[in-house]
Amino acid sequence: MKDIDAIAALQDPVRRRLYEYVAAQGREVGRNEAAEAAGVARTLAAHHLDKLAEVGLLESSSRRLTGRSGPGAGRPAKVYTRARAERAVSLPARDYRTAAELLAEAAEQAGLDAGLCAAARRRGEALRGSAAPCGGLEEAMEMLAARGYEPHLEGAEGTTGAAARVVRMRNCPFHAVAERFPPLVCGMNLALLEGLLGTDGPVRARMDARPGECCVVVEASKNNRD
Amino acid sequence: MTASPHAAHLAQLNVATLRHPLDDPRMAPFVEMLDPVNAAADGAPGFVWRLMEEGAADATGLRPAGEDVIVNLTVWETQEALWDFTYRSGHLEVMRRRREWFERHVEAHLVLWWVPAGHLPTVGEALERLADLRVHGPSPRAFTFASSYTAAEGVQHLQAVPPAQPEQAARSARPAPGGGAAAV
Repeated sequence: MKDIDAIAALQDPVRRRLYEYVAAQGREVGRNEAAEAAGVARTLAAHHLDKLAEVGLLESSSRRLTGRSGPGAGRPAKVYTRARAERAVSLPARDYRTAAELLAEAAEQAGLDAGLCAAARRRGEALRGSAAPCGGLEEAMEMLAARGYEPHLEGAEGTTGAAARVVRMRNCPFHAVAERFPPLVCGMNLALLEGLLGTDGPVRARMDARPGECCVVVEASKNNRD
Repeated sequence: MTASPHAAHLAQLNVATLRHPLDDPRMAPFVEMLDPVNAAADGAPGFVWRLMEEGAADATGLRPAGEDVIVNLTVWETQEALWDFTYRSGHLEVMRRRREWFERHVEAHLVLWWVPAGHLPTVGEALERLADLRVHGPSPRAFTFASSYTAAEGVQHLQAVPPAQPEQAARSARPAPGGGAAAV
């Protein structure tokens, strides 16, 4: 399946709503749930979800949602998650990824971490413009969502009493280069977000890498523990 | 040490040249991260072993590759386990700030190789692998994350490895839980 064909499958508005819903959950989604979220009948949702799986935008599998097994447990339900593969179309053809990989490789070999982070911080500040530092986690979520990070709120681990909330991000916008040069590109990403959110306001970005997510979390500054 | 069904484990060595002595205030943030990051390594999925100086909590006091070069020697069940710890844990923060604390290496400073499960590599063996990588480039004997080989590809080489020498046996007899896992 060519990228352009996969992306063209999203032209149908119902299909696109279903795709966006499944992608935003970060977990397996059943047909009933997706149908309800998109406001369409289950059979229509099933048709579109299978179409999305067919073109490679979603992955499907079968699972018993009730947790029962054996005779009488019923038929396994079909569940969907977003496919990991990246899809991109550029007209006319452009190849910024190769350029990014080559620049990152050269920067890694030359040890240009500090210069790259300074540039990223300046870019983050420029993106924020003349606005004050980000005012809170909700505003941070909006800014991060606009840049494709897919933020979600989470209670911080290891805190007692009222759990401090942190914003985690499901998507790394720099995934391909970050996988190849993690310290360099993750450091750049942190500097970009520090510039974007500000470092002297009510929220701060800090590195807290986990498998399968963006390496940065955003939290209230008053919760600094180090 | 984790009981493991894997026939081969992945050994990892990296060397880092200090910009300042470890007791220099400029190195304090790095030194403060040693214990928590090493503890994270010890508890990480797929962690098998890390080199520690006898009577110490890590391997930073050992200087087998030079007076100002710290070494980090670890064994993992899989390459994915090592990658996730190295780049997807609190260890990434150490990596991010590497230029503050360590000289940039012109030559390879990290090497990976497969060992039979249960074998704990010696520092001498590890430095030989690094030298092999530097001289010959990546091969099943000595490779990197970017140029990796599967355990199956390493099997042929594993079979050619001579049995543990007395020196190795002596070191294996005192496998310490935990050591300088802070890889840079």
